Amino acid sequence: MPHDGHDHLSSSGHPFRKDNDTPLTYWQLMEISVRELMITKGEFSSTEINKQIEIMDARTPANGSALVARAWSDPEFKKRLLKNGAEAARELGFDIGPMHLIAVENTEHVHNLIVCTLCSCYPRNLLGFPPDWYKTKEYRSRAVKEPRSVLEEFGLVLPAEINLRVHDSTADMRYIVLPMRPKWTHEMNENDLARLISRDSMIGTSIIGSNP
Amino acid sequence: MTIPPGTSITIKDSAQPGHIRTPYYIRGKTGVIERSLGEFKNPEQLAYSLPSSLYELYRVRFKMSELWNHDIENPNDTVEAEVFSHWIEEYNNAT
Repeated sequence: MPHDGHDHLSSSGHPFRKDNDTPLTYWQLMEISVRELMITKGEFSSTEINKQIEIMDARTPANGSALVARAWSDPEFKKRLLKNGAEAARELGFDIGPMHLIAVENTEHVHNLIVCTLCSCYPRNLLGFPPDWYKTKEYRSRAVKEPRSVLEEFGLVLPAEINLRVHDSTADMRYIVLPMRPKWTHEMNENDLARLISRDSMIGTSIIGSNP
Repeated sequence: MTIPPGTSITIKDSAQPGHIRTPYYIRGKTGVIERSLGEFKNPEQLAYSLPSSLYELYRVRFKMSELWNHDIENPNDTVEAEVFSHWIEEYNNAT
């Protein structure tokens, strides 16, 4: 129905996305110029840039899930993870570069939530790109002021007796939540456990729920 | 000397310009050292390609009731943030 007066909607009912044919901003132009200059000077090739982008795109929360599943299955590994998250991640073979990682453990008494109020610091090497909401001013400002209301909007109502700890990634550390392992999973192997562990449970905006 | 965990400290209430990694909501507030993280270069210098010496970085735990004046959801909830040593006020060793 292209002529029904709803010009901002496509015939499928979705809003049109504007073409990005506006002039480049100052910083876009700067990025392209520096990149092309460095390619011309032989610092690196466009193939290498694309390869790096592919590596970034390939990172998914599955890496973090594998880490948590190992911690759930191996108490000694869990101790090492809580002591030094980065070393534990490297032990599992994840290339996390120079990242410093702190794993914070959810228990019956404590729930942890991760935020970066200043920008969007996130353990990308383990969880991939952060979700869009993680980068919004709304989440970043509200998570340190009214975290329980934020969690409720994610469908997680925390009992008052649970101590909520919000972790603001203000400097060099990155954080991952070690969710609580549900009792009903006690017979599951590591691979099956990993499939249960969601991205949001490692940010702290959800928990691993009851047996589906 | 590294400040031991459990020490009560206050964050400097400064409003200097630049690339500051100490968020406004903790400036002038009192919290407790949760752990020290080792020494790191200062982002306030690094952001401008200036050389930086090493500063101790701490995780500091604040109570919600210290950070916000009203409408606190739960007084026992906490916020922890990383703070460089030069943002911490002189503190009394005995406390």
